[in-house]
Amino acid sequence: MINITINNNPFQVEDGSTILDAAKKAGVHIPTLCHLDMHDFKMVNRVGTCRVCMVEVEGRRNLIPACSTVVAEGMVIRTNTIRAIKARRTIVELLLSNHPKDCLICERNQNCELQSLAAELGIREVKYQGYQSHHKKDTSSYSLIRNAEKCILCRRCETMCNEVQTVGVYSAVNRGFETVIGTAFDLPMIETACTFCGQCVSVCPTGALTLVDNTAEVWAAIYDPEKYVIVQTAPAIRAALGEVFQMPVGSRVTGKMTAALRRLGFDLVCDTDFAADLTIMEEANELLDRLKNNGTLPILTSCCPAWVKFIEHQFPDLLDIPSTCKSPHEMFGAIAKTHYAQKLGIDPEKIVVVSVMPCLAKKYEAARPELAYGKNSAYVDYVISTRELGSMIREAGITFADLPDEDFDSIMGESTGASVIFGTTGGVIEAALRTAVYWLTGEKLDKIDFEELRGMQGIRSATIDVQGTPVRIGIAHGLGNARALLEAVRGGEKYHAIEIMACPGGCVGGGGQPYHGNNIEIIKQRADALYQEDKDKSIRRSHENTEIQRLYEEFLETPGSHKAHELLHTTYTKREKI
Amino acid sequence: MHELKNADQKYAQLDEFIDALPEKDGALIMTLHKAQEIFGYLPAEVQNHVAHKLQIPASKVYGVVTFYSFFTTKPKGRFKINVCMGTACFVRDSQKVLDEITKELQIKVGENTPDGLFSLDALRCVGACGLAPVISVNGKVYGRVKPEDVRNIVEEHMSMGGNDDE
Repeated sequence: MINITINNNPFQVEDGSTILDAAKKAGVHIPTLCHLDMHDFKMVNRVGTCRVCMVEVEGRRNLIPACSTVVAEGMVIRTNTIRAIKARRTIVELLLSNHPKDCLICERNQNCELQSLAAELGIREVKYQGYQSHHKKDTSSYSLIRNAEKCILCRRCETMCNEVQTVGVYSAVNRGFETVIGTAFDLPMIETACTFCGQCVSVCPTGALTLVDNTAEVWAAIYDPEKYVIVQTAPAIRAALGEVFQMPVGSRVTGKMTAALRRLGFDLVCDTDFAADLTIMEEANELLDRLKNNGTLPILTSCCPAWVKFIEHQFPDLLDIPSTCKSPHEMFGAIAKTHYAQKLGIDPEKIVVVSVMPCLAKKYEAARPELAYGKNSAYVDYVISTRELGSMIREAGITFADLPDEDFDSIMGESTGASVIFGTTGGVIEAALRTAVYWLTGEKLDKIDFEELRGMQGIRSATIDVQGTPVRIGIAHGLGNARALLEAVRGGEKYHAIEIMACPGGCVGGGGQPYHGNNIEIIKQRADALYQEDKDKSIRRSHENTEIQRLYEEFLETPGSHKAHELLHTTYTKREKI
Repeated sequence: MHELKNADQKYAQLDEFIDALPEKDGALIMTLHKAQEIFGYLPAEVQNHVAHKLQIPASKVYGVVTFYSFFTTKPKGRFKINVCMGTACFVRDSQKVLDEITKELQIKVGENTPDGLFSLDALRCVGACGLAPVISVNGKVYGRVKPEDVRNIVEEHMSMGGNDDE
């Protein structure tokens, strides 16, 4: 322990802590901007580029950045002297001098760290009228938009992309005033190895990185009398949507969400969880098939489109190991526009499938040509994120918190506890095991909860004993962890099945979720909410879903049938590594 | 994009250099220097090659290439004219020399003549301040240059035409 003084009060702090960490423990607030510490996810941006956290230290001539200075014995720190406060204001004023002032119409309005900081420091005028940098927006992708004019060069996106996700799309390009965070050779995002996980958007403090907003298309579809609009919601939405409406973190809002969707005017309100159960039927079947017939092992889950794009770019030699299953919302789209279109007696061309996803990569996924059934006909028409659904509910003037709890429609609406936990790291493989173990042993095990697969550790593994046969499971969340696990597999490490989710924490921490303010606790509480919902379900194994059983009886025959392969499975493509 | 001449041979030369590096971490700038020496410039495909060999993202390579003014992503002329704009040369009117070259060749700093014969760059101090103002052509230094010398220097190289040893 080390003795320091902060603002005239003595404290003892751990050796090696930064002034910022020490101050936080001492209850002293130092404003920050570029700094970001999500330690458990290995996301620590401590580049000290913004200089907002400047403090005075006795004996030092210059102000020093609190975020990147380690405390020393006897250090006397002052965080709120007039000199420090003035310096901070000047720094923010300088940042604002080269920042567009269109806050009113910015996507990050009221949710922007720069805006909050300007308010916190009481800035009322921008004294410096310097040059304004001009850059073209990159709107090339289906998922995210880069607007370098709003970038403050904090480098969080770069740290996230390069160090946490190990995708390496971003780098500082050029120098001085011309510096932008850009891509290799200024390539448009769609031409890079970007996985569209959207984690850069999640950590961006300003409006420099935003999602592609598809709400206008969805509104248009809803109000088109010719169209029959079906909406489906991913598991992770129900654990986070409440945050948009200031409900406590971890609130389960499944019923209110369903009610809100009906009030928005969707014709059929369904659940992607139904399709998650369907995914388990196909994926567990594929696992058993590979186990019994000496197929390629391990099998990798394929629900996460960012992860799929990652393996296509980074491990093109391993494309025979992922499951061929489409992701749940794509399975949903395929079934909705075939079997259920026929059952409902509606021309599939008139059906619009809208997916509400915690994810930006799903927007890209929906546009993948091999997932379409015709030149201009996709099984999923539009993907909107949790944040976009929140905006639509707000636009419609719906008082979310006061809504009654309603159920999903009875077609493609039933789901089991297994499908609910798809939204968190470890959930998909646990769901798959609940069914696979039953199929392998032919008996209904008392064990439903596989606690050994849960938690937030980046890479986890467990060996499950299935009637004397050990089944080795691997789990990774965050693409850097996925890379490490895949390299181990390539090096000969044996697993039977591996689940990978691109976003730290899984879908609950997805790039389309409400901004978590870089607080990992929020992501954990969302995951807890899903496990709780699972526990409260009367049916907790996918194969016991009665709607799924009926779907196989009426249409698909058996898991892995010819029909199932045609509609529910897909192929992968080798891609370049830029 | 310009076709790379003798590309296979040049890549082999670059690979030989990279493979001989004792440590690939932190060797990016050194490698880029070598690559520019071999290829004359650093087009995207060479940067990509370096990224692949050093196992770092291409974005990082591009970031470094765009940061340092020494690195160029466009091919230079057969004769690379550098005008020193360091303090000593500048106070001895190197700007006028530069202006004269611009007029004579009809190109701006950073550009090439359409025939690919000349490229023009300004740099900071070549360490020959005693000879200020200084220009160099393919490394050969000309000292105490006056604007009226420019035409001679240009014509001297024009007459060498394609016979340059490069």
